[in-house]
Amino acid sequence: MVGLSLSLPKRFQPASVWGLYVVGLLPAAYCFYLGATGNLGADPVKTFELFLGLWAIRFLLLTLAVTPVRDLLGWNLLRYRRALGLICFYYVAMHFLVYAVLDQALMFDVILDDILKRPFIMFGMAGLVMLIALAVTSNRFSIRSMGKKWVWLHRLIYVIAACAALHYALSTKILTVEQVIYICLLIAMILYRAYRPILMLRRREARLRPAT
Amino acid sequence: MSAAFGSSSWAEGLAATKSNYTVDEKLTPIEDVTTYNNFYEFGMDKADPAALSKDFKPRPWTIKVDGMVAKPQTFDVDALIKAFPPEERVYRMRCVEAWSMVIPWDGFQLSKVLDAVEPLGSAKYVAFETVVRPTEMPGQNATFGSLPWPYVEGLRLDEARNPLTLLAVGLYGETLPNQNGAPVRLVVPWKYGFKGIKSIVRITLSDKQPLNTWQAANSGEYGFYANVNPAVDHPRWSQATERRIGEGGFFSSSRHPTLPFNGYADEVASLYSGMDLKANF
Repeated sequence: MVGLSLSLPKRFQPASVWGLYVVGLLPAAYCFYLGATGNLGADPVKTFELFLGLWAIRFLLLTLAVTPVRDLLGWNLLRYRRALGLICFYYVAMHFLVYAVLDQALMFDVILDDILKRPFIMFGMAGLVMLIALAVTSNRFSIRSMGKKWVWLHRLIYVIAACAALHYALSTKILTVEQVIYICLLIAMILYRAYRPILMLRRREARLRPAT
Repeated sequence: MSAAFGSSSWAEGLAATKSNYTVDEKLTPIEDVTTYNNFYEFGMDKADPAALSKDFKPRPWTIKVDGMVAKPQTFDVDALIKAFPPEERVYRMRCVEAWSMVIPWDGFQLSKVLDAVEPLGSAKYVAFETVVRPTEMPGQNATFGSLPWPYVEGLRLDEARNPLTLLAVGLYGETLPNQNGAPVRLVVPWKYGFKGIKSIVRITLSDKQPLNTWQAANSGEYGFYANVNPAVDHPRWSQATERRIGEGGFFSSSRHPTLPFNGYADEVASLYSGMDLKANF
């Protein structure tokens, strides 16, 4: 199977990455527009906050899906992984800013109290802090200068995925079907990463075995 | 009769007299009161009740009142409206989720119905039950994530008899829209909104404290009393402030301080004198 990145002529590839940023951030822009013009229902701030959180999880899943999609389907989308990860980070950052600025009106005592007292907010904050570390080291210079350490640091994305799943699961009174689906997908991505070394080893063995 | 109730099959004018029970605050617009609802019988999203309650039939309707009473009776809702002419009461409504509204309800005091059935001396609590109609209430069909039905709520008898406690049959001068709990619902303004059980079919007096649905579902987060209390946090958020629905916009904060007993302390605080309100949340 031929992957998307392979089917594009090389000179269009950088443009396609920028296109991804634009398309990826469009939902946030549109929802913001609805809210700013008074078209986001009875509780616009809460609606926008939840909307951003959900899209953060969607882009987290897309980021995590790059490797299994390559392993299992043969599509190479590695070129887009940094953009997917950064879009996820932007959604998480906006999700937090809407909570802090529009929802809590920068009442720092309340925000601090939330972070220290409420498990689901703790998991969310932990995810945000780790994502900041990944975002600031997502440039080429960091990749080159950090070497192996970079690989280890960026495996935090799986810890972030676990934090996201917990934050999402613990944020509501009872789980909705939608929540269960997203949480199962996050768990599947984490489990796949744990299983991947075994899969790779088997494939290597299969390749080495002489054909009969 | 009214285009404002686009999603209700039943809304029609309701003669209600003004009462002294009002608050000097801006009413929440009717569009918000009738489109932003928690009524899990129709779905878990706030927009579900308005969108998915069109097939619900709030007439004919009876309410069975039984248990520890001298005169158990089954009332027709229209007979009740005739017997106890509705009055308008503007109450603050504080949801446990930290949002609030100001709603002009039309209804009559629950105490009038209780007086009619003559509770026995042994009766200490009042339990309420919502109708179960999976064919008309899609949320009751959900195989996943929904609550056990019927929805159950309860009050202590003295709470139920408090003059503030209302059986609402309308809002904004019209019969209750389906999504707001047609044809008759409970309004207990000093308690969190989930105590306001909707579409009531049964009221039972008892000497045992009823296990209300949300307490059964998650006793760490929801108790029996559920009195509005800014000093007692919900495990997942502070209850010190509330977002007033329909007020302010995206950029102007609509946060109000939450008042003890939702501002009705003068009327009800004495019901709980000597009680630990942190333990009995």
